[in-house]
Amino acid sequence: MTQLWIISGYLGLLLLLGLFAGRLFRGTSSDYMVASHSIGPFLLLMSLFGTTMTAFALVGSTGEAFKEGIGVYGMLASSSGIIHSLCFFVLGIKLWGFGKKYGYRTQIEFFRDRLESTGIGLVLFPVLVGLVIPYLLIGVLASGAVVNGVTQGKLAGGAVENPTFEQGTFPSFLEDGSKGFAVDGSKGGVPREVASLVICGVVLCYVFFGGMRGTAWANAFQTCVFMVLGVVTFSVIANKLGGQESFYANLCALGDAIPEEYKTRSEMSFTKFVSYMLVPLSVGMFPHLFQHWLTAKSAGSFKLPVVAHPVFIMIVWVPCVLIGVWATSELINVPPPVEKNPNILLPFLVKRLAGPVLGGFLTAGILAAIMSSLDSQFLCLGTMFTNDIVKRHFLPNATDRQQIALARGFIIGIVIVTYLLSLLKPASVFALGVWCFSGFSSLFPLVLAALYWRGLTKFGAYASVLAAIGTWGYFFADAVGRSIKAGNPGPIRTYTLDIPWGEGTVELMPVTAMVAASAVALVVVSLATPKPSDETLAKFFPVKG
Amino acid sequence: MATVVWALVVLLMVVHQDFWFWENDYLVFGFMPIGLFYHACISIAASVTWFLATKHCWPAADDAGEAASPEGGAA
Repeated sequence: MTQLWIISGYLGLLLLLGLFAGRLFRGTSSDYMVASHSIGPFLLLMSLFGTTMTAFALVGSTGEAFKEGIGVYGMLASSSGIIHSLCFFVLGIKLWGFGKKYGYRTQIEFFRDRLESTGIGLVLFPVLVGLVIPYLLIGVLASGAVVNGVTQGKLAGGAVENPTFEQGTFPSFLEDGSKGFAVDGSKGGVPREVASLVICGVVLCYVFFGGMRGTAWANAFQTCVFMVLGVVTFSVIANKLGGQESFYANLCALGDAIPEEYKTRSEMSFTKFVSYMLVPLSVGMFPHLFQHWLTAKSAGSFKLPVVAHPVFIMIVWVPCVLIGVWATSELINVPPPVEKNPNILLPFLVKRLAGPVLGGFLTAGILAAIMSSLDSQFLCLGTMFTNDIVKRHFLPNATDRQQIALARGFIIGIVIVTYLLSLLKPASVFALGVWCFSGFSSLFPLVLAALYWRGLTKFGAYASVLAAIGTWGYFFADAVGRSIKAGNPGPIRTYTLDIPWGEGTVELMPVTAMVAASAVALVVVSLATPKPSDETLAKFFPVKG
Repeated sequence: MATVVWALVVLLMVVHQDFWFWENDYLVFGFMPIGLFYHACISIAASVTWFLATKHCWPAADDAGEAASPEGGAA
């Protein structure tokens, strides 16, 4: 129960922060959607970092390291440190400049102007929304699982001891699961569906009232929380697991205990590792990140995020990866259900090794990482529906007040739809994470060319989007087919392109072919079709001096 | 200097592919696997490189909302 009080207190604090940010709301749609371009360097750093670090950063990184070893850091974290900052620098600053100058609030508005095409918006809109929704679902499902996990009672002989809530507190359809209360039910914790609903409600409140300013503040606060608590978790787990006198002695004992294959990358494909470098390009096309870029007060506000982002990733990821590989050692017995679902490894360790007070705070830290991405995604979808669909095609003369009302209405709608989708408990949604990122990465050639290549045409852009989504759909269908054949979602998560090479095969991430297809289609079709007008080119490629 | 900074960014991407530590199980400071330590250093090197980029490749006169491009970029 202690954990639950701490989590509730934390959520209450977030609500207060959102309401306070709402008091500073200037009443304009620009303020609601892009905080009137008023966010300075520190808030921009924290909100960009909080938004890019999803549930995957804390919960997933520990689980992946448990499965794959230390190689996941190079594959997912250090590559992101290089590529994310590259995207902020090469794309973010220029897009911010155009956004501020021409009043853009969404990516689609930029592409429509740059390519002189209304149709590109209609093609991009479903693609972007379709890729964000599974990403949202991951957060909603993860939040329910984390809260339920830390509030559950202890299983002993098929019964639940010391539950937070006695059986019968909630309706049976929430408590029992498909196999019973103590098997796959709530096990005396807050039922997942209830926890997800509360988290969605809290995020909805501060996004609804605070808009982008509330979201940026909440993100900054939550990023501080999960970074500090992540380091605290690391030291607590190290001290409990190591069994030595000093912190350093514990670290050494734990390092020695890591099995050989997890200390190295001997089981990891080198070519897969190299091709993973393309996955972080996804940040260049994340619609929610685009919206955060637009909030910057000045181009100078980008300096701190560009510089600090790689080190921030290191501060969060290195402890999580070490915890994950320590858990492979004989110093801790990881039970089969956790072994089967490594995404619950961190909550499991926190619950077993930290006391209830620290456990409550650490859970708040994990929730902070989850919510700091959910809020931006909800807000960006609301903004896109309002600007790119309703205002553009149905209510071109909507007043500021109407636009804010529409955005808020859509945000409520999106939260409801996402929550209802999460009730279907899509088994393979966690495996979808890397597919979402790959889909966004495959659109990277489009944004890069739009900013740096005068020769890009609207037909080249159509071809690029269709090639990206076509290859994505082809590979994803193949992965789903293999998954159905195997009877589990594993092949969706581990899917690679296996290219025969000499006597062996070269494994590549499917994103390699997606990005290549998208780039080739963009260049070939653009070269064969008419360019935008000189007026448009002058608008986006002003002659210096 | 801008060319040097962009060359450093490319170098970072190259040295990121560290096949030379692939099967090395040495523990740096007695607790940190060298493959992890090396990539943590890559993260720090990335921050240093991007710091240099903000010093030497920053778009000029961009604060008024002009859509400038990073110096040395392709625009």
